[in-house]
Amino acid sequence: MDLNFLFRPRTMAVIGVSTTHDTHPANVIFNKNHLRYPVKAFAVNPKGGVYQRETLYENLEQIPQDLDMAVIAVRSQFVPSVIEQCIKKGVKGAVIISGGFSESGNVALQEKIVQLSNEASFPFVGPNCLGIYSPDFVDTFFLPGERIITPKKGNIGFVSQSGGVLVDQMVKFAGQGIGVSLAVSIGNKACLKETDMLSWFENDLGTDVIAFYIEGFDKGEGRKFVRRAEQCSKPIVVMKAGKSPQGILAASSHTASLAGDYKVFSQIMAQYCVAEAEDEYELTSFCESLSCYPKGIKGNIGILSLSGGHGVLAVDACSKHCLETPKIKTETMEVIKEKLSPEIKEIAALDNPLDLTGSAVDNDIITSVRHLSRDDTIDCILALLIPYSPGVSADIGAKLSRVVQNEGKPLVAYVPNEEKYRIIIEGFELNRIPVASSVKGAVLMAKALRRCKPC
Amino acid sequence: MLKKESVKLLEKQRNIGFLLEPEAKKLFKDHGMDIPGFVLADSLKTAKAFFKDTSSPLVAKAVSRKILHKTEYNAVVTGIKTPDVLESEFNRLKGLDGCESVLIEEMIKGVEIIIGAKNDYQFGPVVVLGIGGTSVEIYNDTAIRLAPLEQGDVVSMVESLVARDIIKGFRGKIGVNMEVLVSTITVFSQLITDMEPFFESIDLNPVICTKDRCVIADARVMLRPVS
Repeated sequence: MDLNFLFRPRTMAVIGVSTTHDTHPANVIFNKNHLRYPVKAFAVNPKGGVYQRETLYENLEQIPQDLDMAVIAVRSQFVPSVIEQCIKKGVKGAVIISGGFSESGNVALQEKIVQLSNEASFPFVGPNCLGIYSPDFVDTFFLPGERIITPKKGNIGFVSQSGGVLVDQMVKFAGQGIGVSLAVSIGNKACLKETDMLSWFENDLGTDVIAFYIEGFDKGEGRKFVRRAEQCSKPIVVMKAGKSPQGILAASSHTASLAGDYKVFSQIMAQYCVAEAEDEYELTSFCESLSCYPKGIKGNIGILSLSGGHGVLAVDACSKHCLETPKIKTETMEVIKEKLSPEIKEIAALDNPLDLTGSAVDNDIITSVRHLSRDDTIDCILALLIPYSPGVSADIGAKLSRVVQNEGKPLVAYVPNEEKYRIIIEGFELNRIPVASSVKGAVLMAKALRRCKPC
Repeated sequence: MLKKESVKLLEKQRNIGFLLEPEAKKLFKDHGMDIPGFVLADSLKTAKAFFKDTSSPLVAKAVSRKILHKTEYNAVVTGIKTPDVLESEFNRLKGLDGCESVLIEEMIKGVEIIIGAKNDYQFGPVVVLGIGGTSVEIYNDTAIRLAPLEQGDVVSMVESLVARDIIKGFRGKIGVNMEVLVSTITVFSQLITDMEPFFESIDLNPVICTKDRCVIADARVMLRPVS
């Protein structure tokens, strides 16, 4: 099965477009893609006619071109016959938006479409899903473009069992400046499952981190997933729902998932170095830092701060997340002290956290990061750069990035996410250095790098 | 690979849903795990002969298809040191509901741990490790890994326990022989992988580890009904 046709189609049919009900999912999807995306979209309704001054085709046979994919948004009982039509037409895959399958007890109907798909090697996403958002190619989310926030094209692949969580996560990604390579809502995942997506993303050159929202795996699917994850060279992040007995019940009625024993899930993910994000904020932080630093760390953090309080907050947060803040070598401290500017030489706290005080200037920060990078007792630096001090210039992000690139030790920065500090943030982000908007966020980014040895 | 004899036993016992303790122990022994020296005694004479030949105190347990949780029926007696105690306990156990025979074993002292397995819906066979006794439920301090395991997995399981020092030894107390523990758990993890079609859950509780052995003192194997 070549899923590229499905995720990067040149032609698509939208089946179920209504002439009377313009907020119908098929209409929203057709309108979104037609003339707005490079994909050539064809609207289909058995009644035929005209929609938006375009031909409304009665069936797929009438469409004069080969079809890479079809979006199926018809009532569930008609889905099997539509799939048969797709197979006959030689369509390469489908997104089945329609609900009314195993999530509402219609297990036999779902089995029927799986059987059709297996017999003809016809892949589909769904049913009961939002489908795919593939920047620059196609968008099958039946939510009007003006209502949602879509992230820019980027290097995060995201797969979600829930369409709602996916859309919400995209807002969070966009807010943090993270882009996606492809986002897929897999719904009931009757055909394409997490493991299939993992395989596709691994081979996709545009994806650096693969993230999942999972309620539960199908029987034995968890084993396949981690076995596949073990061979995957890209970092993988999961966020699990259905952890509590009540949550398990809720997952069961949402996507008919058996959420299973959470402790088993969590410990096995750790066994296979899959980073488990506690919530959507962790997921966002994890994706950002892992996309910059795919290699793991042991978790020995060196903290550099311009304020004593921020240093203490960071140490507490590190401790809470099982990250160590070891003593920095005496030699390192001596070199740093020698090079600090005279104003802070005697007042800086040369320890871990390394508090340069509010009187520090760019060079003090750069010197400290350079020599902390060369100290092998630490394997990641947190730079808490509150930019209120007069000695810190707008260039500090770009300048520090150069040090990080030269020294090769991961650095995570904290800069308040305010418009006036944008130049500092971009100085880091354009050089692929992750920036958090809180001290806690910076610690979470470091935590992601220690994914093979969680708390 | 599961031995043919074991496959037969597992298929046969599916009806009652579990293995009797001597059957379970034989299965583990046949696949390379360590169990205490024992005799399955029908008569007092056999029991007494075993007592004479064994230097350590003994444990006696009723073997009954009707008794799954032995402690609830008072069907386990530990620390038997005299022939008289052995005789009276043997007679009492024989009188318990459905008692077929009495399992008499050498009593081993050491660090008690739990090695368990679960046939998980999403992940298939997984291994569980914890400190033995009832405290495991109170502290919820267990390590879980996907079977089969490699040496490094076992080491990381021990390290991830809050109570790891009990296994590794602390304040002058000798810990367990890590090499033997690693080998015991890796062998067990392979065995449960091979047993996947048959079992629901397994509790080896306790496994008693000394400086040179890890011995399965009690074993409960719950089987899957025929699907």
